[in-house]
Amino acid sequence: MIEPLTNRAPTRVFLTWIGFWIALFAIGGYFGMLCLSQGLHHTNMNNRFGFGIWIFLDLTVIALGAGAFFSAFLLYILKKQALKDVIGSAVVLGFICYSGAVVVLAIDVGQPLRAWFTFWHPNAHSMLAEVTFCLTLYLLVLAIEYVPLILKNPSLSKNVSLLVFEGQLHKVVVVFAGVGAILSFFHQGSLGGLYGVMNGRPFAFREHFFIWPSTFFLFILSAIAAGPSFLILINKLASKISKKQLVRKEAYDFLGRISGWLLLAYVGLKSADTIVWINHTAPGSGYSVAEFFKEASFGTWILFAEIVLFGLLPALVLINDRLRKRPLLMIVAPLLVCIGIAINRYVMTLQSQSLPTLPFEEFVLYTPSLVEIGVFGGMISYGVIVFSLSYRYLPLYPGLRQKAKT
Amino acid sequence: MTKTTTQKRYGMVIDIDRCDGCGACMVACSLENNVSVVPPEAGLHRGLTWIRVYSITNEKEYPHSDTAYLPVSCQHCGNETPCVGVCPQSAVDVDPKNGIVSQIPERCMGCRYCMVACPYHARYFNWWDPVWPEGTEHLLNPGVTPRMRGVVEKCNFCHGRHHAAQERAASEGRSEIEPNEYQTACAEACPNGAITFGDLADKDSEVAKLAAGPESFQLLKTLGTGPKVYYLTQRSWVRDMAAKTPLPLDGQSND
Repeated sequence: MIEPLTNRAPTRVFLTWIGFWIALFAIGGYFGMLCLSQGLHHTNMNNRFGFGIWIFLDLTVIALGAGAFFSAFLLYILKKQALKDVIGSAVVLGFICYSGAVVVLAIDVGQPLRAWFTFWHPNAHSMLAEVTFCLTLYLLVLAIEYVPLILKNPSLSKNVSLLVFEGQLHKVVVVFAGVGAILSFFHQGSLGGLYGVMNGRPFAFREHFFIWPSTFFLFILSAIAAGPSFLILINKLASKISKKQLVRKEAYDFLGRISGWLLLAYVGLKSADTIVWINHTAPGSGYSVAEFFKEASFGTWILFAEIVLFGLLPALVLINDRLRKRPLLMIVAPLLVCIGIAINRYVMTLQSQSLPTLPFEEFVLYTPSLVEIGVFGGMISYGVIVFSLSYRYLPLYPGLRQKAKT
Repeated sequence: MTKTTTQKRYGMVIDIDRCDGCGACMVACSLENNVSVVPPEAGLHRGLTWIRVYSITNEKEYPHSDTAYLPVSCQHCGNETPCVGVCPQSAVDVDPKNGIVSQIPERCMGCRYCMVACPYHARYFNWWDPVWPEGTEHLLNPGVTPRMRGVVEKCNFCHGRHHAAQERAASEGRSEIEPNEYQTACAEACPNGAITFGDLADKDSEVAKLAAGPESFQLLKTLGTGPKVYYLTQRSWVRDMAAKTPLPLDGQSND
């Protein structure tokens, strides 16, 4: 039996908490099985909406999970020791986000048993092939980074062989941090490239630099800006629920500052990209940008919200040393960052499909079905379950472990 | 007589002014290509219609009102084909010998990225297991493989007929097929002769002459995808509505 660490919630409280999420996960699992066994007609996707909320969810959690590779890169390669407090939780969050995304993708495709065809008959020109390769390999890297954490459990660490194995893994963690950074760089980028390369979809199509559309770079930058903010949010939430100081203020401050500056850079580049798109790319394809925003559900307000309200505003808060010291703002600003990234992924995924390209086709809206929402909820509950178990049984927070020892 | 040209470029010209929207092309296409029947709840956007007839109006009051019908199938884009580059597992293919854009359902995993990328909304996903009303299984075309649930399908210019014509030519010792040996089902079925199919690379062919005519236009030409399906009309409002005109760029004018 794996032992819980000291100073954890009573078993009864923990079981009540985890039981709720397991029930939600079971519902999601049932809906997922329904799609796998009977087909995707249980969703509200259609021939105009080939991508639904699951793809939006995948893109969002993968962006938010970027905190894992970015923190590992900053800590192990650039030696930013302030991140020692969060690296454990970052790895677990990354693993949750990526593994959850892969499972949801498996439900989302019509023939999941053929997913290996991408490795066997890869189309080197396809951004999705690049995503598949990098995502799979990076999930493997995350699993390898997760193993030392599991082996640090008090019960498991009594086994000398496992302890030695954990020590050996720890020695090569810098290699995995480097490999993870490269893989993540490319799959975050290629997720953006998915949309930017669509020359038949003027709303999504963007100018190219060499072989990459601008969305390739924007997705990387937005992911590494949002990842640290998501880490702040989740760790603060865990602190609030556990009523413990899990991470030092310096770590939050460092994460907030880096998130703010990266977001500011992203907002600048995104604005420049939008200006080029409005004045050059879209008209070049025969469309005026006004056509894209003429429906109220996807009006210009969404562009303003994405760039200013959920982009520039939190960036200005997070780069300001004085504002970062305010506890409330250190929750609100990272929350805005995460919502902003979600809006960006939502717009790229769903607005680009709502808009017809044929002049005589209609504007179509899509509302997810109960099955899709159920699977969505199942994936969220999967994340809560894995994080809760990791928090209870694994030394996610070095500071907390030292306190427990003393 | 055997043709000496080996590089073909199959395409289609659809005369909108001749189309009365009867839907015979859709029926013929479904029967020829074993397109399965979807349940009634499929609605407009979940059906399987390799060729779909759109009805457009000039939005004017009677007696000035006018309606036109546009059969739209895969446009077999010849330039930077949007669906080909995106497919992660090479399940979409452009035949370099004839320009036909094919879907390989046996290789498709149903990610639907090609559907999202297609500007003509001409790709269809099998949301249900394929079924045919009782008794109609006997009408299935043995030369075309039905598709399974969870894969994408689309018009392939009746590839089964192309294969059959090639086999026939090979059995007679010919390396090329004659123009009259290969026709699509929709072109054959149209009672008004609105659809003309053939080799656009053959300048003497009827399809090439029609495509080069002054009344011809392509859907969404401004996207630069080089569709090999052309449309004809003498009605300017149809052309204005159906063909996307380039916008002025960098101070240039459309005039």
